[in-house]
Amino acid sequence: MMKENYDVIVIGAGPGGSSTAGNLARKGFNVALFEKRQEIGSPKRCGEGLSVGSMKMIEDNFGSKIPQRCIAQTIDGSIVYAPNGKEVIVDFGEDAGAVMERKVFDKWLAMEAAKLGAYVQAKTYIKNLIIENGYVKGVKGEFEGDEFTAKAKVVVACDGVESKIARIAGLNTTNQLVNIDSGYQYEMANLKMRDKHKIELFFGHDIAERGYVWVFPKGDHIANVGVGVAMTDKTARYFLDKFIKEYPYTNVKDASIIEVNSGGIPVGGFLENMVSHGLVVVGDAAHQVNPIHGGGMKEATIAGKIAADVIEKGIKQDNVSQEVLSEYNKLWWAERGQALLRVQKLREVTEKLSDSDYNDLAEHLTGEDCIELARGNKMGTLAKLLMKNPKLLTLAKHLV
Amino acid sequence: MKIIGCDCMWDIKDKKCLRCGACVAVCPKAALDLTEHGVTNDKDLCIECGICEKMCPVGAIKVKKE
Repeated sequence: MMKENYDVIVIGAGPGGSSTAGNLARKGFNVALFEKRQEIGSPKRCGEGLSVGSMKMIEDNFGSKIPQRCIAQTIDGSIVYAPNGKEVIVDFGEDAGAVMERKVFDKWLAMEAAKLGAYVQAKTYIKNLIIENGYVKGVKGEFEGDEFTAKAKVVVACDGVESKIARIAGLNTTNQLVNIDSGYQYEMANLKMRDKHKIELFFGHDIAERGYVWVFPKGDHIANVGVGVAMTDKTARYFLDKFIKEYPYTNVKDASIIEVNSGGIPVGGFLENMVSHGLVVVGDAAHQVNPIHGGGMKEATIAGKIAADVIEKGIKQDNVSQEVLSEYNKLWWAERGQALLRVQKLREVTEKLSDSDYNDLAEHLTGEDCIELARGNKMGTLAKLLMKNPKLLTLAKHLV
Repeated sequence: MKIIGCDCMWDIKDKKCLRCGACVAVCPKAALDLTEHGVTNDKDLCIECGICEKMCPVGAIKVKKE
């Protein structure tokens, strides 16, 4: 049963919310985790890809192994298509990641938070915050249509890209158009894929203006087929439907649409300040997403752990002021912010590449080069690239 | 607060809208909200700037230009 008083109320049961709530519950705090939707994890706003490293990190964070049922398909590499159709095959030769089943995975994460002692409740819509003397002191919401108020020492906003809660508290979390992509995706069935163990990425101005189309396999004949594009005159849906209709990719034209997803994908614009008196913002709501691939599950999980550590300190010293909670800003920027800012700069350069630049890249970059790059051995690969095409110097500068 | 589908400059096609909240994320005036009934627009706050229209992945929002 829901109570009237908590140490901490967490709003939004995605990976960030479950990480925050689970970590706080493990520390012995009285935590509630509220989810607006009637089913946690659905509908997804995500391509569902996760690297092996991120999966391991999430398992360590929750102290539990990800069950098989959360994983739709293991992935051992990728096939990248340049605008002229030239392909670069990256094969790690072992599992490098997986495409998850988010509606199962997110539920599992919330169940782990519950197992650690958090009280989780779906279909609970938070309409407003209780603010007293400039401090967030709780929430006003509705559970199954019944209004309630609940008090807390700290509220954590993990409410996704809309970030409504932070804005009620007076933080400016609005995404600037230059730092958000528009995403649209079909989960498709009866699709013939080249290799169900490889994700596929398609680049080109006509395919996805300042973005790309992805095919993320979820089984023998199932995949998330989606597109992310920077702001243009055309919609994300326009690009995906065009790809499906015109691109000579196996039988995508004849595949069935099992689910339709869309969403805004933060790709930069990291916030200096993500706290106010009695409030911390985590995950998509704080723009904590990788600007190149748009993945947010790992970032939200890490931020949730940092938030829990800082909140623990604040509550123990009976001071949850913005000054005390701002240690979260400091720790997050040191652990993730600086690194993600470099990725944002790289993304800004890739958006300026022309189709012929991409064709050049595909011409000179082998799958082995990509693996070397991914493993951090950058210098040799880059020197080789630059000898072939000095135009790519700008790109190289941001990779080093 | 006005609910979807009003007769002013800002309009949303509720049958197209997937309730993803992308428009809410970019609204500079925090006029938009994603509720269980869909996207709502607080007309007192909305400045009809059209940013939400540009953002919408499915083209569900139209801000009529005078």
